[in-house]
Amino acid sequence: MAVEPPVESPRTLAEAFELMATEPPARPIAGGTDVMVQLAGEIGEPPERLVDLWRVDGLRGISLEPRALSIGALTTYTQLRRSALVAEVAPALVEAAATIGAAQIQNRGTVGGNLGNASPAGDTLPVLLALDAEVVAGSARGERSIPIGSFFAGYRRTALTPDELILRVRIPIVPGREARFRKVGTRRAQAISKVVLAVAWRADGSAAGAGGAGGGSWRGVRVALGSVAPTPIRASAAEAVLEGASPTPETADRAAEALAAQISPIDDVRSTAGYRRLVAARVLHRLIRDAGAW
Amino acid sequence: MNVRFLVNGEPVELDVPGMRRLLDVLREDLGLSGTKEGCGEGECGACSVILDSAVVDACLVPICQVDGHTVRTVEGLAPAAARGRTRHGAEVGSLDDLQQAFLETGGAQCGICTPGMLMAARAYLDDGGAADEEAIRTAIAGNLCRCTGYTKIVEAIARVANPGSMGDRG
Amino acid sequence: MTPGRARGIPLRREGPDKLTGAAKYADDLVFPGAWYGATVRSTEPRARLVAIDRTDDAFDWTKVVLVTAADIPGDNVVSLISDDQPVLVPVGGEIRHQAEPVALLAASDRATLREAKRRIRLRTQPLEPVFDPLASETVFAHFELTKGDLGAGFAEADVVLEGTYRVGHQEQLYIEGQAMIAVPREDGGITVHGSLQCPYYIHGAMKRALRLDDVRAQVVQSETGGGFGGKEEYPSMLALHAALLALRCRRPVRMIYDRHEDIAATTKRHPAIVTHRTGVKRDGTLVAQEIDVVMDGGAYCTLTPVVLSRGTIHAGGPYRSPNVVIRSRAVATNTPPNGAFRGFGAPQVEFAAETQMNRLAEALGISPLEIRRRNAYRLGDETPTRQILRESVAAEDVLERAAGAAEFDWIRERTARARAERAGSGTVRTPATSTSGPRKASGIGLALAWHGAGFTGSGEVQLASVASLELDADGRIQVLTASTEMGQGTRTIFPQLVGEALGVDADAVGIAPQDTAFVPDSGPTVASRTAMVVGGLLIKAARRLRSEVEASREAAGRPFAEAYRTWAAAHGPRRVDERFEPYPGVGFDDETYVGDAYPAFGWAACVAEVDVDLDTCEVTVRDVVAADDVGHVIHPVLCEGQVEGGTLQAVGYATIEEMKLVDGRYLNDRLATYLIPTALDAPRINTILVEAPFSGAPHGAKGVGELPMDVAAPAVVAAIHDATGVWIHDLPATPERILAALTAAEDVEPSPPGVSSRSARPTAA
Repeated sequence: MAVEPPVESPRTLAEAFELMATEPPARPIAGGTDVMVQLAGEIGEPPERLVDLWRVDGLRGISLEPRALSIGALTTYTQLRRSALVAEVAPALVEAAATIGAAQIQNRGTVGGNLGNASPAGDTLPVLLALDAEVVAGSARGERSIPIGSFFAGYRRTALTPDELILRVRIPIVPGREARFRKVGTRRAQAISKVVLAVAWRADGSAAGAGGAGGGSWRGVRVALGSVAPTPIRASAAEAVLEGASPTPETADRAAEALAAQISPIDDVRSTAGYRRLVAARVLHRLIRDAGAW
Repeated sequence: MNVRFLVNGEPVELDVPGMRRLLDVLREDLGLSGTKEGCGEGECGACSVILDSAVVDACLVPICQVDGHTVRTVEGLAPAAARGRTRHGAEVGSLDDLQQAFLETGGAQCGICTPGMLMAARAYLDDGGAADEEAIRTAIAGNLCRCTGYTKIVEAIARVANPGSMGDRG
Repeated sequence: MTPGRARGIPLRREGPDKLTGAAKYADDLVFPGAWYGATVRSTEPRARLVAIDRTDDAFDWTKVVLVTAADIPGDNVVSLISDDQPVLVPVGGEIRHQAEPVALLAASDRATLREAKRRIRLRTQPLEPVFDPLASETVFAHFELTKGDLGAGFAEADVVLEGTYRVGHQEQLYIEGQAMIAVPREDGGITVHGSLQCPYYIHGAMKRALRLDDVRAQVVQSETGGGFGGKEEYPSMLALHAALLALRCRRPVRMIYDRHEDIAATTKRHPAIVTHRTGVKRDGTLVAQEIDVVMDGGAYCTLTPVVLSRGTIHAGGPYRSPNVVIRSRAVATNTPPNGAFRGFGAPQVEFAAETQMNRLAEALGISPLEIRRRNAYRLGDETPTRQILRESVAAEDVLERAAGAAEFDWIRERTARARAERAGSGTVRTPATSTSGPRKASGIGLALAWHGAGFTGSGEVQLASVASLELDADGRIQVLTASTEMGQGTRTIFPQLVGEALGVDADAVGIAPQDTAFVPDSGPTVASRTAMVVGGLLIKAARRLRSEVEASREAAGRPFAEAYRTWAAAHGPRRVDERFEPYPGVGFDDETYVGDAYPAFGWAACVAEVDVDLDTCEVTVRDVVAADDVGHVIHPVLCEGQVEGGTLQAVGYATIEEMKLVDGRYLNDRLATYLIPTALDAPRINTILVEAPFSGAPHGAKGVGELPMDVAAPAVVAAIHDATGVWIHDLPATPERILAALTAAEDVEPSPPGVSSRSARPTAA
């Protein structure tokens, strides 16, 4: 049986902000798939108090803004999987959501929770990195937008202040953008990733194949990874190789080598450093190969 | 805190800590011990129940989030008319179609994963799930079974599902 | 009421209770006023225990009960084979592993218990731990089997192949954790209710450590959520802990392990290092086998000598060889003790033997099927213990059935063609960061296994199990045995067997609860012996009862089914006890290890098909055909269920299941880190049941539980080889090990399975 710290359940954002600003510091809880595990497993010191966000409807909903898709922090993985809007704008996010846990976790785990927990293995995080998402945070002091690239401050740490909540994540709508996702785990469900990788790009010029695939050169390339560093990361060296290049065998070889050279994963209970380095590179290579259709 | 919700169609009102796990409320406060604890961290699915219409791990749900909602457990699967006779020796006929299919195909062995497995399967079926092998396996991928190899569980669920494509794993 | 029948077969007796949530597992039992118990464990792999201290803050210690070794009324041993394992490490004694029980606590609520546990400090003097089994000097057991002339055999060989195979710890992972509730009795004794396989093991352990007699020590099995061997010996420890606390509290005490404690502290499958040197003729005929087996028993003996014994006898695989030497030893390391797990020493050695056989086939350029046809045991062959196989040999039968159903030859030709086509681009290119053409490769693999039915050697004779049948004055028929139901179907097949022997419906036969106050000692529920041995005793008891009733005046020539109620009313209650008698013509010398190691063997063949992702080396075991000879199929649905479940455990063993250790402690002691296959990872399993009856059992049954566990892992590894061209010698064959075999890249291969690494920090002063 788990530790049961005190909890309050606000109904409005204003109430939630007020509770978050109260001492001692509170830990927010959404679907509970991380917080409840930490309490049950007595992993780390339990929080002194919790703020339950589940009833704050202001944190729900998926909507289209003029230039971005807005996904409320309380959006569950199941809702991501079932959303026609997300499937249209960010299909890689749908794919990522489908790889997390199984039905029970997907019905409770949320986008905001995945961000706030800031695990290096959070499966949606490389996709959000690759898609240049912004995290909209809020507190009684107001709202601010945090580019995802500066959101992860360290191992399981974020740029949020103690009184701030994640309100929603905004994914810019970029015409012609392609994105791919691949997770490598120990088993096909209910597995924390060994390596997770997302790639996004815009195909420039005359594409040989349909849907942006084929030989056009790539612009705005993003390569993002999870489980290979203390935080989800961008692989800048591989991006530099790919930027402006076409998905040819030579490009793929160089990008994969650059990726392997840049990352410094570790041995842990799930995999080895060498496997992660090599497989991250090989997965990227395959994604480029598939995009180039060779 | 004071919480009110429906369990298997019956109203419940309790004064418990808000962070108490739904699993502990069911098993210890309400005496509904059909829902099992296998790991306490959302990995095994033995504590699966249906919250509103979604299957969840009861070990990961704080009771404060259940206030005003409906919970369905294994004790609520069989038709209400037949229940009450199931304590200390269930009788034939007190099982719903899914339970009966598990009984006949051999989908339950040691039985400890069975209540959770049934709830995951029930949520899948209630959502219109078909007798498609890959879809059934996906629907119960959050429920670990160490006895059966899953073969007979998949067979049992397929038996009561809408006709689909058994034998096709995509 | 019973659940009736489907297609003529009785349905699982307790099925409806399990399906409605009515079945009561240990943690579901309510004992008013019960306290909660907890275990204080060592945090060092090896140390001298100097003192057990309580922090001197304001905590109210009157709210908790603390029990140490000094409070044990009887002998401080968990009685089993050797008396080496204490119930609790005494002050001054030696801590031998990281999770060793040192003290016990109980409190009325879990919050207080948690607070108390945080305030116990162990004072210790660290000692240098031993982790490498090859370096260990403490030997629990050793054996040597010799047959023929090894030197002459190798001299005759055209090809000699060597290989070393290593397997790690495997966790049983019953989904219901270890659980025991001890209740003080008015007579000063203790009744324990719990999740367990062997009521009389616990009974014996309680009598010894708690100084109780047969009556005042009582063991009652609650519904048991899986065992697989993991609840064979460990529950004795847990029952003693709960009982010690209950004696002190004078109230019921609940000891329910959470998953973390369960994985950290309880037994695992023994890791093993198996080395083969094999001589064959060019046509594949075996002429010499030299095999070394080293098993790691962990910190205490538990059942290790018996596990090693079975491992030794099975080490050559199901093949005739004129010249054989098998040497084995099991040693101690400062890791948690290893113990029983489905297969009991055989899965380790048969993985090695079968992989060796598959490599031999490759070396000779003949098919894995053909080399087995040439060497598989037939009637009249002699085993390494010089047992002549006089009956019930179905090696060739299961082999042909499995290979035929899987279309082994045809698919293997296809995978070979695909492999040849891939060879042009290389399975893994240089640099290894780049992918090759095709992303996926398929492979097919084959393995064959044997499994000795029931206990090894004279085990059954020494055990002298009793099973009873009772007909009361009201005409109720009841089975009385200590054989436990843990999912495999005891409670269903016993009434079925008795019903068939009596000529009455299975539904007319009741079964008594597994409670030492009522049932005789019919031996432990292990070694796939329940259906064969205890089931056989029950059939004999039923036949005796039947002839007694049918010969009576009351029967007046009517069959038992029509006469027994009248007979019972006239005669009053009648109980028939049937004690095990040695199988005719079966003999074994425990000293020389010569003779009939088992009364019969079960035989299993497995064909596995895998897909390997060539980018990541992830393995999908797609299809398995399992042909298992069980002697006689009592209940097809339950029997298939055993094969399917055992096959998936073996697939997990082959692909993903591995305990990782640092400083003798399991790193992945949670369900988020020790992974077993989900429904999506499970192959489609096609089970073929084969019946080569054993004449010593009245129904011919030889047991089924362990057979499938022996055979699937080497089949999967052979299929991985067929897909990728690399042999994986260590289990599990993880993507890391496959990729390491395919490339020369650094830091890809994990450390060997089963051996604890050391942290940078020194563990001993």
